[in-house]
Amino acid sequence: MTAEKLPGEEKTVSEPVTDPEASPKAGVEREDAQADPVLTPAVGEEATPIALRKGMWSEGAGDTSGYSRIVRATDWPAPSEPPFGSWYDQVHARLATLVADPYTKVVLDRGELTFHIPREKLSEAMQALRDDALLRFEFCASVSGVNYPDDVGAELHVAYHLQSMTHNRRLRVETSCPDADPHVPSVVAIYPAADWHERETWDMFGIIFDGHPHLTRILMPDDWVGHPQRKDYPLGGIPIEYKGTTVPPVEARRSYR
Amino acid sequence: MTVDRNDLYASPGDETEGTVYTAMGGGDWADIAGEQAERGDEVLVINMGPQHPSTHGVLRLMVECDGETVTSIRPGIGFLHTGIEKNMEYRSWTQGTTFVTRMDYVSPLFNEAAYCLAVERLLGITDQIPQRASDIRVLMMELCRIASHLIAIGTGGMEIGALTVMTIGFREREMILDFFEAVTGLRMNHAYIRPGGVAIDLPETGIAQLHDVINWLEKHLPEYAAFCNENPIFKGRMVGVGHQDLSACFALGVTGPILRSTGYAWDLRKQQPYCGYETYDFDVITWDTSDAYGRFRVRLDEMWESLKIVKQATDRLEASTGQPVMVDDPKIAWPATLALGPDGQGNSHEHIKHIMGESMEALIHHFKLVTEGFRVPPGQAYVPIESPKGELACHVVSDGGTKPFRVHMRDPGFNHLQSVPIQCEGGMLADIVVAIGSLDPVMGGVDR
Repeated sequence: MTAEKLPGEEKTVSEPVTDPEASPKAGVEREDAQADPVLTPAVGEEATPIALRKGMWSEGAGDTSGYSRIVRATDWPAPSEPPFGSWYDQVHARLATLVADPYTKVVLDRGELTFHIPREKLSEAMQALRDDALLRFEFCASVSGVNYPDDVGAELHVAYHLQSMTHNRRLRVETSCPDADPHVPSVVAIYPAADWHERETWDMFGIIFDGHPHLTRILMPDDWVGHPQRKDYPLGGIPIEYKGTTVPPVEARRSYR
Repeated sequence: MTVDRNDLYASPGDETEGTVYTAMGGGDWADIAGEQAERGDEVLVINMGPQHPSTHGVLRLMVECDGETVTSIRPGIGFLHTGIEKNMEYRSWTQGTTFVTRMDYVSPLFNEAAYCLAVERLLGITDQIPQRASDIRVLMMELCRIASHLIAIGTGGMEIGALTVMTIGFREREMILDFFEAVTGLRMNHAYIRPGGVAIDLPETGIAQLHDVINWLEKHLPEYAAFCNENPIFKGRMVGVGHQDLSACFALGVTGPILRSTGYAWDLRKQQPYCGYETYDFDVITWDTSDAYGRFRVRLDEMWESLKIVKQATDRLEASTGQPVMVDDPKIAWPATLALGPDGQGNSHEHIKHIMGESMEALIHHFKLVTEGFRVPPGQAYVPIESPKGELACHVVSDGGTKPFRVHMRDPGFNHLQSVPIQCEGGMLADIVVAIGSLDPVMGGVDR
């Protein structure tokens, strides 16, 4: 706001502004000065966008935020190239000598090293990671599934969090499988600790761990239909009437994303 | 009474296995018992739980016994599954703390800390957390560790008949919970640790109350050692029970006091410090018996180490009175300032005055944070911390939105229950309770 603005002065320009050099006059706010019908998101060259989002609010909601045409891309952390520094290079090179061409992608982000390993090589790589004296990731802390519906051909990811107590290092191994063929080899024979974690991942995401000794549901009832933590599985809930007004279930509410 | 091989309740085509007992023809249970006494091949299948006072919540144990010897035991979990991880995907990042705190409800502050540290790593603000906020986190976590160990020791004692250990355990815990209530407003489910810091500074009387708690604990913690350490009944029930050695711990992902009871000094506070633990002076407690008694002794001594840390944190907090407890970033710092109103809680007049009368930007930030929340850059983080039970970790994935894309809590109890068969098979039926007690699972965390 500038001091020249007069009380009651016209604040809005209703016609589209065509002159690219045009700048707002004093006291005038350009509410619809952007005429471009499709806004292309700014995406870096190395970034790997997976999801594109339009508007500010959840899907299907009438977007009155004023940003209904904005398009935002989800840039996952870009793949890293060696040298990574610290102990990362040693582990990266060592695994590559033990297993032929093990990586689809290596991501070093926020101090956490992630090896993306194709599922065909997972068992071999995990065995090497556990047993080799220079790697020695003898402890599998956690297995957790993630569902990326927009990552076509690799909708289901499994992240293994390994810990080397010998070297005091942590490493994440990530593998993926398509929705149409949700099979990943089990690592229970290598890391018995993964037993229940893989059962939970099957239960919640429907990922079938081939070779698991007893792949049954663990958290949900045995006769449950569906895999609740997949993104296409609804949260559920019913509208609640409270003091004369109705509160919709969380999923149906309009909210920012 | 009919003893028959035909199972009347089987579906057509079902194979009948073993002897089927029905009450169709009447008879006497004594006849059955008498007949069974003659046999040596009968396996007794017992369903222990899910509603059983000694299973620490709703844990189901499917036990096969030969006499009183356990030949097979399989834990069944999931009875307390509440879908917390799924729910968090529909709430803002800050609201996530109110969900995670309800997972392992015996040590809620650790859940919050793991979650918030993971979110802070994604935000890239780990180094910007004020020192006072980290000190308060350490203080609260260590008090919470004492409270959690008191539950483990107390309920573990109760289950073998040492009722006094339970009553005094809850007495001490109550002192700690009173302090938590004074600071956070709640005895449990605090949602006190938030992304960026903590919700609110210690109250004016906080330090004084803290000294009372420390004095109380120093006076009363020796009682546990006096009651239990050399008690022949206690040792008779605990020594050699639930044996699990180091390699089995590694294989099954077992951490915490169970791992340390094998003599391996693994403690994430020392190995991979967070919240400034490297600046505190404390020891990692180990024992070398790998059994329930060793775990009891580890927990007992760890309470003293926690008390050491609490005292150091108290000194630091006394010195840093008045310093900020939330990150200096108005786009992240949740406006949680409250003042004491007639109802015991209320809006802070200072804050209301600031946003309504003084600062347009503060009002916008307040409004945007509460309605929209902050956005977290895309990526994933896995942050492990040393909870009273072992490695508690939070795997968080963000897609750049105002809500978590995926949150997974790696609860130590989930892994520890996997080791029930290795600890109990071949042992006595009565030792199951001792072994489970020494694992200290909390089903809220296991099932989430």
